[in-house]
Amino acid sequence: MPVIVKIPAPLRPLTQGQSEVSVENAATVQAAVEDLSRRYPGLRERLLDDKGALRRYVNIFRNDEDIRHGKSLQTALAEGDKLTIVPAIAGG
Amino acid sequence: MRTAVILGMGGLGCPAALALAEEMPGVRLLLVDHDRVERSNLARQILFTETDVGQPKAEVAARRLSRLVPGARAEALVHHFGASSASELLAGCDVLLDGTDSFETRFVANDAACAARIPLIHGAVLGWGGQLLAVLPGQGSCLRCLFEGPPPPGALPTCAEAGVASPLCGVVGAAMASEAARVLRGERPHAIARLHQWDALRETERDVPVPRDPRCPACALAPEAALRHP
Ligand SMILES: [Zn+2]
Repeated sequence: MPVIVKIPAPLRPLTQGQSEVSVENAATVQAAVEDLSRRYPGLRERLLDDKGALRRYVNIFRNDEDIRHGKSLQTALAEGDKLTIVPAIAGG
Repeated sequence: MRTAVILGMGGLGCPAALALAEEMPGVRLLLVDHDRVERSNLARQILFTETDVGQPKAEVAARRLSRLVPGARAEALVHHFGASSASELLAGCDVLLDGTDSFETRFVANDAACAARIPLIHGAVLGWGGQLLAVLPGQGSCLRCLFEGPPPPGALPTCAEAGVASPLCGVVGAAMASEAARVLRGERPHAIARLHQWDALRETERDVPVPRDPRCPACALAPEAALRHP
C-alpha cells in the first residue's frame, strides 16, 4: 500500500489538477518529496528552499503529526500513511 | 462596550463585518483598511457598488453597514496596519479578525495579538482554497506555530494575481464572524489549535491539528494561562 499525498489547491496546477497522488517505496518524507519532484516539475521549488529544507511558509503533516515539530523531512513513513501539504495563503 | 477590529475590508472583511454586525449589532466594529475601492473588487467585496469606486474601503463599508444593519456601530479607520501602530490600534480590542491580502501583515497581526493577548481569528483565501485558524494567546497555538514566517515578497501569488472564488470569500468571511461571535460571547471558538481548510472546487473541508510549537517566538509572548479573554 502506497503513501497518499494530499495536494492543496494552490499546488494542483503542478499535479495536473490532482488533489491526491500516491508515492511508492518512500521511507521518509524527504524521499516522498524527491519522488514527487521528479514526477511533477516545479513542485520541489514550492516546498523546499535552496538548501533543501522545508520552506518556512509551507508545512507537511504525516497523518496528524506536524513534521516541523519532529524530525521534519527525515520523518519516517510507513505503508498507508497520509501526507498533507499545507501552504500559507494570504488572500482576503 | 466590546470592540472587534477587522483588518482588511476586502473579500473576507466585507462578509465578516456584515455577518458580525447582524449577529451582534451592539458590538463596535473598527474597520481598518488603507485601500480604495477598485472596479475589480466588486465581484467579491459585497459592501461596495460601482458608485463607490475610488473611495476609501473602510469609510464606504462603515457607511453601508450602518444603513444595512439597524443599530450597527461601525467605524472606519483608513490606515495601513503595521508593526509600529499595532499595539495602539489593539488597545481596547476584544477580538481581532484578520482578512488582509498580505503575508507580512498577517504575521504582524499574529505577533501583535499574541503580545497583547487578544484573540485573533485568522482567515485566508486563494483560488479555490480557504483557511481559518483561531488564536487564543495562552491557549492552543498561533499562525507562527504552523508557519515559521512569511514568504519573501513576490514568492507566492496574491488574490489579485491568482484570483479567488467569490462564493468562497462569503463562506470563509462568515465563518470568521461566527468564530469572533463565539469569542465575544465567552465561548470557545472551533478552530483553536487546528487549521480548518476549504476546497471550494471539490466542496470539501478538512482540519489539520496545529499543536503549539514550544520554540514559537510569538507564543512565548503569551505564556499559558495568561490570557485576557472575555
Ligand atoms: Zn505560536
